[in-house]
Amino acid sequence: MSFIDVNHLSKTFKVAKRNSGLKAALKSFVNRKYVSIDAVKDVSFKINKGEIVGYIGPNGAGKSTTIKMLCGILKPDSGSISINHMSPFEERKKFVKDIGVVFGQRSQLWWDIPAEDTFDLLKVIYKIDDKEYLETKNKLVEMLDIKDVIKMPVRQLSLGQRMRCEIAASLLHKPSILFLDEPTIGLDAVSKEKVRNFIIEINKKYKTTVILTSHDMNDIEALANRIILIGRGSKLFDGTLNDLKAKFGNCRKVTIITNDTLKKFNKKGVCKRTKTDIGYEFIIDINLISISSFVNYVGEYVDISDIDIDSDNIDNLIIKLYQEYNI
Amino acid sequence: MRLYFNLFKNKLITNISYRMSAIAGILTQFFFGFVFISVYVAFFESGNSDLDLHKIVSYIWLNQAFYGLTYIMLKDNDFVSMIKNGNIAYELCKPINFFKKWFSTFYGIRVANVLLKFLPIICIAMLLPYPYKLEAPVSIMGFALFVVSLIISSFLVTGIAYIFHILIFFTLDDRGIINIFQVLGEIFSGGSIPLYLFPGFLQTIAYALPFRYISDLPYNLYTGYFSINEGISLITCSIIWLVVIVIIGNILTKLALNKSVIQGG
Repeated sequence: MSFIDVNHLSKTFKVAKRNSGLKAALKSFVNRKYVSIDAVKDVSFKINKGEIVGYIGPNGAGKSTTIKMLCGILKPDSGSISINHMSPFEERKKFVKDIGVVFGQRSQLWWDIPAEDTFDLLKVIYKIDDKEYLETKNKLVEMLDIKDVIKMPVRQLSLGQRMRCEIAASLLHKPSILFLDEPTIGLDAVSKEKVRNFIIEINKKYKTTVILTSHDMNDIEALANRIILIGRGSKLFDGTLNDLKAKFGNCRKVTIITNDTLKKFNKKGVCKRTKTDIGYEFIIDINLISISSFVNYVGEYVDISDIDIDSDNIDNLIIKLYQEYNI
Repeated sequence: MRLYFNLFKNKLITNISYRMSAIAGILTQFFFGFVFISVYVAFFESGNSDLDLHKIVSYIWLNQAFYGLTYIMLKDNDFVSMIKNGNIAYELCKPINFFKKWFSTFYGIRVANVLLKFLPIICIAMLLPYPYKLEAPVSIMGFALFVVSLIISSFLVTGIAYIFHILIFFTLDDRGIINIFQVLGEIFSGGSIPLYLFPGFLQTIAYALPFRYISDLPYNLYTGYFSINEGISLITCSIIWLVVIVIIGNILTKLALNKSVIQGG
C-alpha cells in the first residue's frame, strides 16, 4: 500500500441558488432552489513517501476540496482515503498530529501577538518537548530567515513575512506530510523564491511528503516532479512534468507582426490562426512543421516586421490543457 | 488536560486586563439592580403581599453580581466568525478536542467577566440601607450549598452556551432562532425574576428545564428560599443535567463537524 492512497473520492455540495435583488430574495425565502455541485468526482491516485506533488487545476476545479478531505477536515461523500494507514476524517485527532497544513488565504497565527507566541501555543498543542521544540524552531527560523520577524506582532508583518511564519508554524511538530494550499499567493518574487527553496530543502532533509496547489506554474515547475491535473472535479492527468511537456509541449505560439494581409492557407502543423490588430497569431505543432520552415513559408507572402515565439512555457501548456479538456 | 487549562488561562488573562470595561460593567449592574429593586419596593408598598422582600432584593443583587458568569446570551465573536469565514479549517487541522477547547475558552471568558465585578457589587450592596440591602446568607450550610451550586451552574451555563454556539454550524447565522432560544433560556433560568414568582403553569415548565439550575437555584439557596434538604437534591439534579448537557454538546459537535462545509475556497 502506498503512503497516500486515494480511491474513487467524491464530494458533492448542495448550494442554495437565487438571483440577485429583493424579489428573488423573497422568492427564495418561500421556495428555495438547491443546486448540487460535484466538487470532486471519482478521483483516485497514489503518492509515495517523500514525493512532491503539484495538484493543479483552474479555479473551482476541486483542488481545495480535495486538500480539505486529505487533511481530514471535510468528510468525503464516497470513496476512501488512506494516508499512512489512517483514515483522515475518521481518525482525525490522531491523524492531524502528523500533518502540517498551510492555507495561503487564511491565517493560523494570532493577529495581535508575535508569531513566536503562537509557536509556543502550538508546542503545547502538539506536546513537543522543550529541547526538540527549540531545536526545530531555531532551524526553521534560520531556514526561513524570520529571526526578527517572529518577535513582531503578526498584524505588522508583510504578507511574505507572515507566510513564512505560517509555514514555520505548520512544521514545528515535524510532520511527515505537508499540505500547501496556494502557499505563494500574493507573494513577490523574492519571497516566492525563499518559500520554494525552503520546501525543496525540507523535502530533501526530512523526506517530507509535500502536496501543493498553486496557480503559479513557476511554483509547480520549480517544486513538483509530479503533477496531478484536476478539472471540474475529475482527474485529467497524472504524471511527471516531462510527460506533460512531451504530450502537450510540442505546440508553439508564434506571433507575427506585419502590415500586410495574409491569404488563407492550409499547411500541415498549423493548428490555429487568429488575426490580431497588428498581425497574426499561430499555434503550430513543431513535430509536424519546424519553426524555420514555417517562418520561411509565411515570409514568402508577407513582410514580417517582428516575430515572437512563445517558448515552452508551462503556463501555455496549462492553458492548452484546459482547452484540450474543455475545462 | 494541561492544554485546555492553558487555553482557559490565556482567555482569562486576556479578558481580565480590560479595566474600564469592568468598571462600566459594575455601574451597569448597579443601575439594573436599583431599577429592579425599585419596582419591587413600589409593588410591595402599594399592596400587601405574602412574599418576602428581603429574599427578592438579595436575589437581585446576587444575580447582578454573578451576571457575567451565568449570563446565557453571552456570544463569542471569534467562534461565530470562525464558522462564517471558514477559518475553522485551521482549527480542525490541530490535534485538539473541539468541545474541550471551546468549553475551556468560553469558561475563561465567563470567569474573567465575573472575577473583577462580583466582589465590589456584593460589598457595596451589603452596605446599602434598607430596603436595598443585600442580606447576609441565612446559614453557613446554605451559603456552602450556594457556592457549590454556583460552581456547577457556571459549568452548566457554559455547556448550554456551547450548544447555542454549535447550532450556528447548522443555521450559519448567530441571530434569529438562536437568539430566541437564548432569550427563553434566560427567562427560564431565573435571570429576570425568581422562578417562584412565575404563574403556576409556567413554573411547572421552568422547573422541568435545566435552565433553573443556572440562576434560580444558587441564589435561592443563598436567600434560604430552598431548605438544605431541597438544596441537596436539587444540586444532585443539576449535576445530572450537567452530564446530559455535556453529552448533548459532544453529540452535536460530532454531527456539526460531519456536515460542516468549510466556507470559502
